[in-house]
Amino acid sequence: MRRRWSRIAALVSILATVVASTSCSNSGGNDELLIYNAQHESLTKEWIDAFTKETGIKVTYRQGGDTELGNQLVAEGDASPADVFLTENSPAMAAVERAGLFADLDAETIKQVPSQYRPATGKWTGVAARTTVFVYNKAKLQPAQLPKSLLDLQQPAWKGRWGAPPTKADFQAVVAALLQLKGEAATAQWLAGMKANAVVYNDNIATLKAVNAGEVDGGVIYHYYWFRDQAKTKEMSGNTALHYFRNQDPGAFVSLSGGGVLKSSKKQQQAQQFLRFITGQAGQEVLEKGDSFEYPVASGVPANPALVPLTDLQAPVVDPSTLDAQKVSDLMTKAGLL
Amino acid sequence: MTGTVAILVAATLIPLGYVAWAAVSIGWSRTYDLVVRPRVGELLFNTVALIGITVPLCVVIGVGVAWLVERTDLPGRAFWRPLFVAPLAVPAFVNSYAWVGVIPSLHGLWAGVLVTTLSYFPFMYLPVAATLRRLDPAVEESARALGSDSAGVFFRVVLPQLRLAILGGGLLIGVHLLAEFGAFAMLRFDTFTVAIFQQFQSTFDGAAGSMLAGVLVLLCLALLVAEALARGSVRFARIGAGAPRATTPIRLGRNTIPAGAGLVTLALLALGVPVWTMLRWLWIGGAEVWVLDDIATALGQTIGLATVAAVLTTVLAFPVAWVAVRSSGVLARAVEGANYVTSSLPGIVTALALVTVTIHAARPLYQSVALIVFAYVLLFMPRALVNVRAGLAQVPLSLEEASRSLGSSPTATFLRVTLRLTAPAAAAGASLVFVAVATELTATLLLAPTGTRTLSMRFWSFSSELDYAAAAPYALVLVVLAIPVTLVLFRQSTKVAAL
Repeated sequence: MRRRWSRIAALVSILATVVASTSCSNSGGNDELLIYNAQHESLTKEWIDAFTKETGIKVTYRQGGDTELGNQLVAEGDASPADVFLTENSPAMAAVERAGLFADLDAETIKQVPSQYRPATGKWTGVAARTTVFVYNKAKLQPAQLPKSLLDLQQPAWKGRWGAPPTKADFQAVVAALLQLKGEAATAQWLAGMKANAVVYNDNIATLKAVNAGEVDGGVIYHYYWFRDQAKTKEMSGNTALHYFRNQDPGAFVSLSGGGVLKSSKKQQQAQQFLRFITGQAGQEVLEKGDSFEYPVASGVPANPALVPLTDLQAPVVDPSTLDAQKVSDLMTKAGLL
Repeated sequence: MTGTVAILVAATLIPLGYVAWAAVSIGWSRTYDLVVRPRVGELLFNTVALIGITVPLCVVIGVGVAWLVERTDLPGRAFWRPLFVAPLAVPAFVNSYAWVGVIPSLHGLWAGVLVTTLSYFPFMYLPVAATLRRLDPAVEESARALGSDSAGVFFRVVLPQLRLAILGGGLLIGVHLLAEFGAFAMLRFDTFTVAIFQQFQSTFDGAAGSMLAGVLVLLCLALLVAEALARGSVRFARIGAGAPRATTPIRLGRNTIPAGAGLVTLALLALGVPVWTMLRWLWIGGAEVWVLDDIATALGQTIGLATVAAVLTTVLAFPVAWVAVRSSGVLARAVEGANYVTSSLPGIVTALALVTVTIHAARPLYQSVALIVFAYVLLFMPRALVNVRAGLAQVPLSLEEASRSLGSSPTATFLRVTLRLTAPAAAAGASLVFVAVATELTATLLLAPTGTRTLSMRFWSFSSELDYAAAAPYALVLVVLAIPVTLVLFRQSTKVAAL
């Protein structure tokens, strides 16, 4: 009898160890800075590694999508475990800002970022940028046949000929810009046209691949997916080229990836330090020299030479802190795209 | 013990309660707007069409294969018999990945039908084959003596006796189809589960997502009711044990070659494609994709979570099974019913419910290991329960009474007699839960604590970035983890036949 109990005790203690070891490696203890990260994991990892190397501060992260994590932060409110929020696009940052959850950024961080790449409120800042492009299959479209504006894609002539990833925050940011620039009625109409015309893909990469394979003539994506593949094997983009809408068209929208410090964070100082680091020289050079192909926006660091310079894109002027993610997802739900 | 059971029953009601609460809290008119809209119609069509096509296909394939390997003189039956259980070792989302690797443009309803039929037909094949083996040959012999030919015997005598197995298998397949996320997302085929996940990604715990979950729950209940009605009250009982001998195999004659070719084709489609694609991507990826650090961490976390969940689920299954087997009161029926319903609810509904409940009402549990383990217990309890209950039902009460009369305490009797006799069944149940947890994707994605990256999560993140080569090692490890349990399943089904 006693032997059996000791066996059971042994089993229980093994279980307890397993649980403990899983949970420790998971939550990462309390002394680490926690980022809710909606940026590309590979880019954030590069930033974290460089930051930890310089400061000795350990950082862990929870990976998710822009709007998912943004809404999660809003739902968590003041009790959120997160210290820093990083996104790929602005609408989720704007939503968290509207909920009053961001602390003011250090003046030094603000100083590093030109005013067009951050909201005037100083609650968060752009940390990188990406531009909307129309990627097209060179065998299917001649330059003369390209759409002049993003708005053209709602015309019946484009039925079944273009693709996009409507469930992704990336694309929803483009819609948010459209909403701010052209108003609700025009946006709803465009979305209805999109529902009729567009072939829906899971994400930018799937869209790019489909265009490359000629499944559709073109697609609306962000620029860096194309450049990354061009720099590697061209397996997904060899048959394609990029078309920039320019002329302040909604399709020339440049989306700011944001970074902010949560007011509820108990590690304000380290969190502020992290943002100062990624908008500083070293952090921005990760964008210039790494293989992310996103645009640097701060500390005067130039873009990767393969890219069209940010200032040549003739992007429309959009106020990043009023991009309305909620309205966009409502409109897209109404259009049947979500 | 009654307390434990009552708590478990209450816990199984959390997902249903959540959906009802969400509908009430956002108000009738908004609920109506979110439910009655074209997108929901589209999803409804997709989901219903998927089930309406896939389940009958699985019936045809599952029954056909079972009949060929159990009842005919087809060569190599000992080889085929376990082979067609093997697709269960390949999670449906890995199968999807394999097919997309072969045909990159594969998408939509028919793609979904193709992949899930190949993944799920063993759910039909297993119970049908087990039942076929157990049927009393005397009935068929009588039919034949009365002038029926082979086809007549099959449709008039064999098929009606397979009804319960077919309905059970069909229900299981239907429930899996409703819950599947990864396989369909990869094929760009939107069902309710896929759409709920997309809503979650856009709005976290938004109202539109909860309302889609509500419709999904209704679909699920409709499926349960349909199965219960179809089961009816016709009984195919026999008196006495019947003749414990095998039937004379039916000679296929000239049909041997087409039948054999059919099985080879099925095996190639269901197993050849995933194995070939995985090996191909591993070959292309070379040594570079074996990032051992990451794989080891993911494997460790997966095994950790799966072990804890499997043991806990099996332990908790004991009191529930005890009540179900040893008493016949209201509680026993409530236990059965609650489990039946929760087991068929898709993981995404349970996960969404737990996220919402903990974030508002149980903050310390939010994003914790405990919560995700709890979700696994809710989702996979039936797998342990079915086994533990069967094991417990076979423990002769007289042995327990003998032990008690010889002076052992109830606890000692339980540990030395009951537990020991139930152990093999419990182990089988635990291993089923283990694999279910290891290959779970949907609830894991929503509930995983910060920093947790299980095998299926890593596989998913690589394959959704279309980095198929980097995903391959994770697919391989997942399949290898599932193989032993598939063997357990096969062994179990042959043992049932021997009873």
